[in-house]
Amino acid sequence: MNAPSPGTEVAYVDPQRRALVRQRARRNALVGMASLIGFVIVISVIVSRTPGWPVVQETFFNGEEFVKTFPGLLSAFMLNVRIFVIAEPLILILGLLVALARTLQSPIFLPVRVIATLYVDIFRGIPTILVIFLLGFGIPALRLTGVPNGAIFWGTAALVLSYGAYVAEVFRAGIGSVHPSQQMASRSLGLSSWQTNRYVVLPQAIRNVIPPLLNDFISLQKDTALVAVLGPIEVLRQAQIDTSSSFNYTPYVGAALIFIALTIPMTRFADWVQERSSRRRRAGSDS
Amino acid sequence: MSESMHASMLEVSGVWKSFEGHPVLRGLDITVGHHQAVVLIGASGSGKSTLLRCINGLVSVDAGRIVLDGALDVTSFDTDMDAARRRIGIVFQSYNLFPHMSVLDNVALAPRKVLGRSKAESIDAARALLARFGLEAKADEYPDRLSGGQAQRVAIVRALAMEPELMLFDEITSALDPLLVGEVLEAVRELKETGLTLLMATHEMGFAREVADKVCFLKDGIVLEQGTPEVIFSAPEREETREFLARVLG
Repeated sequence: MNAPSPGTEVAYVDPQRRALVRQRARRNALVGMASLIGFVIVISVIVSRTPGWPVVQETFFNGEEFVKTFPGLLSAFMLNVRIFVIAEPLILILGLLVALARTLQSPIFLPVRVIATLYVDIFRGIPTILVIFLLGFGIPALRLTGVPNGAIFWGTAALVLSYGAYVAEVFRAGIGSVHPSQQMASRSLGLSSWQTNRYVVLPQAIRNVIPPLLNDFISLQKDTALVAVLGPIEVLRQAQIDTSSSFNYTPYVGAALIFIALTIPMTRFADWVQERSSRRRRAGSDS
Repeated sequence: MSESMHASMLEVSGVWKSFEGHPVLRGLDITVGHHQAVVLIGASGSGKSTLLRCINGLVSVDAGRIVLDGALDVTSFDTDMDAARRRIGIVFQSYNLFPHMSVLDNVALAPRKVLGRSKAESIDAARALLARFGLEAKADEYPDRLSGGQAQRVAIVRALAMEPELMLFDEITSALDPLLVGEVLEAVRELKETGLTLLMATHEMGFAREVADKVCFLKDGIVLEQGTPEVIFSAPEREETREFLARVLG
């Protein structure tokens, strides 16, 4: 077939060229596959030839032990899910409130600003596991009346306080990422500084920080296991109990698989959101 | 119309402003009468943008007074600036539309939130105003789907929806593809015909000559020379004005 006459309103691609492009794509896919399979084979051979491998296989990848403990791990994991589902919305609310408190301008709000800044400085500086220890063992020891003493309660509260500080900083960065000209345009229309935040800055800021927030979610899913140090039987604690009764470490691998099964889809989702939002920002970069 | 008998729409007197010790406005005076179109010309850095931003309080002055309609002193610390800005519209070089809202919501937001209009009322008014500027088909689009010329016309409509008494234009065609300048200037011409008071900084000398009642040449933060467009463009008195015009007109 000959090319259409110049200026015709069609999308024309030379068929020979198209065939070459397809051929090259097929070849690239084949080479990639072959390389991946070869790599896996080499690694498996090296690992299975190490002197300790039979013992490791027996203690970490024991099929029988896996089948025996996995259902128990799954049901213990429901506690991790519960902690996560309760903590996450609280973290978002706390983070947003703290970020907003730090943007308040009026001198009367100085105490609010100081408290918000101190909170972020302190809780970002302390390792999460230490916050869990301090709250989980410290506050029940005070024997306050009317305050819950449960390990799950204080473990979750510690996660909320620790992650809240991080998420506040993410929101603050999001607020900073909205160009100052947007505020100027809003104020010039007579909108007050609160209205400008509410209708112009925050909607854009929140959209900008969805990808990093998803990252923090993934991290939080894993860190629910830290609550184990206070004693509640969640998935890591359950795995510990299983291993100490059988002296076989397969339950740890089972617990790891459960976390991976949840975090990998989340990670792919976060990648997709990130890709989509950066594409949109490129498209709208002029406005 | 509550026009004071003798006062000007805008009276700028002795305004100084510096940024980090670098003076941009140095005791500038300017007067804009009711229903006048005043055009500011001058090189980049002569203070045009800074002056416009001082007038609607986006930048606070170091000294001097800016009085609206003989009564409202924009530079006073006692003035409610949100209220003052309702009376003064401004359109920027870079449009600054809100990217997360449709064109219609961009226009209707301030009337609803600031003037307390109902949702239906503000939407109807926004549609009517968009139609007046040939933008009715774009009402439900988002700003990233607009050409530069359309975006700037939406920005003009958005400012106009607040029914300001004075409209400021800060080099509104400078960021545009030359092919799109005409449609934006056409919108300004239409505003001029409705009798709205305009103060605009521009590099479009042909347009300045056509619409201006008064042209002010700014240099180093003061108005060095002012007069009717005929005088400024054809027979300027100052050597600096002649030099500037020779450079921009080629």
